[in-house]
Amino acid sequence: MSTQPVFIAFQANNDTRPIIDAIMQDNPGAKLNEMPALVKIDCPGRLVVRRETIEEHAGREFDLRELQINLISLAGEVDESEDEFILEWKS
Amino acid sequence: MTVEIRTTGVKPLRNTFEHIARRFGDKPATRYQEASYDVQPTVNFHYKPLWDPDREMYDVRRTEVVMADWYALKDPRQYYYGNYTTTRAKQQDAQDRQMEFVASRDLVRALPEGSVKTLIDCVIPLRHYEFGANLNCAHMAAYGFGSIFTQAAMMASADRLGMAQHLSRIGLLADGNTGEALAAAKQQWMASPDWQGVRREMENLFVVEDWFRSFVLQFVCADGLLYPLVYNRFDTAFARENGSVLSSLFDFLVRWDKESNRWVDACLKVVAQESEHNAALLKAWITQGHAEWKAALAPLADRMMGEAGGEALEGVSEDFKARVNKLGVEI
Repeated sequence: MSTQPVFIAFQANNDTRPIIDAIMQDNPGAKLNEMPALVKIDCPGRLVVRRETIEEHAGREFDLRELQINLISLAGEVDESEDEFILEWKS
Repeated sequence: MTVEIRTTGVKPLRNTFEHIARRFGDKPATRYQEASYDVQPTVNFHYKPLWDPDREMYDVRRTEVVMADWYALKDPRQYYYGNYTTTRAKQQDAQDRQMEFVASRDLVRALPEGSVKTLIDCVIPLRHYEFGANLNCAHMAAYGFGSIFTQAAMMASADRLGMAQHLSRIGLLADGNTGEALAAAKQQWMASPDWQGVRREMENLFVVEDWFRSFVLQFVCADGLLYPLVYNRFDTAFARENGSVLSSLFDFLVRWDKESNRWVDACLKVVAQESEHNAALLKAWITQGHAEWKAALAPLADRMMGEAGGEALEGVSEDFKARVNKLGVEI
């Protein structure tokens, strides 16, 4: 599996906090870079965003497509289901 | 000339209030955390409450349950005033539309006469149950300890009042806004033998002073049996013969029950896990409450569903046991 880094970047606001907390919890290799008004999460190889963990942090039901509202940019090939949003380089 | 654009990040000196930082560390806190944790005063009570001179204004000794930290009773829905009111406002809009739809086609009065009578005799009196629950929630909010619990109890109190009104509106749909159904339903609540068990248990609940016991009896025992019995089992039986008009009117109540149970279950689990003392208390309270409410609901189940009533109540009771066992209370 490729260890080339993937990343995902969100606006830094109250809506994205549970998403960011969830990503950091589920991806031990992820590194959090806080910039002005923007949060970028880098991770070598593979990064998983899990619906269940976000729901735990947000305290409500969460549709993974809600990610798009505050999404700024990402790098990696996307594999998306109702429960997981995965970023990785497949080749 | 070259222009160099640079960004400069300004780090805030502190990310949140000090009392929140003491609990969660100095990082950005959620609105729920900021609005809920450690908000209640714990020191500098200059005056003892005259009505209870042995205790402080806010006192942990008003319940037998003991917690090292009452703020462990987190609400998994993370409701604070702001997001609670927005959520409920949206749900109220949806409920209003359901009601208008039913009203504009007069669907309730189009039901067979016997079905309308069943509705008035078996469901509309529940508005008195909800008013009672409203009072109990207000008691929990007033005497409970820790703003994280009392705010959720106060919101539940408002919910119960709203649901009493939903039921009243269903009554008005049944009688064409004359109020006759409400008067008839009150008569049922006051005088019908089918209802006296429920009414007695509710009135017994009014005089429970221990606020956490009150919470357990109202939300776990009473709601835990009554809601699935009426809004699920009876609703299914009623729909089989009369179509789904009632189900659409019950929509909010069913959703509320599911949502509220997330909070109730979380509180119960945390308290049961805290100590054997707590677990034993909960076990005693729930065992007794479950038996009393089950007995109280038996005649009502029969009145609602006839011969199938007993079986329905047994089913609800089994589900109830499974639920509390899973939360760490063996009954």
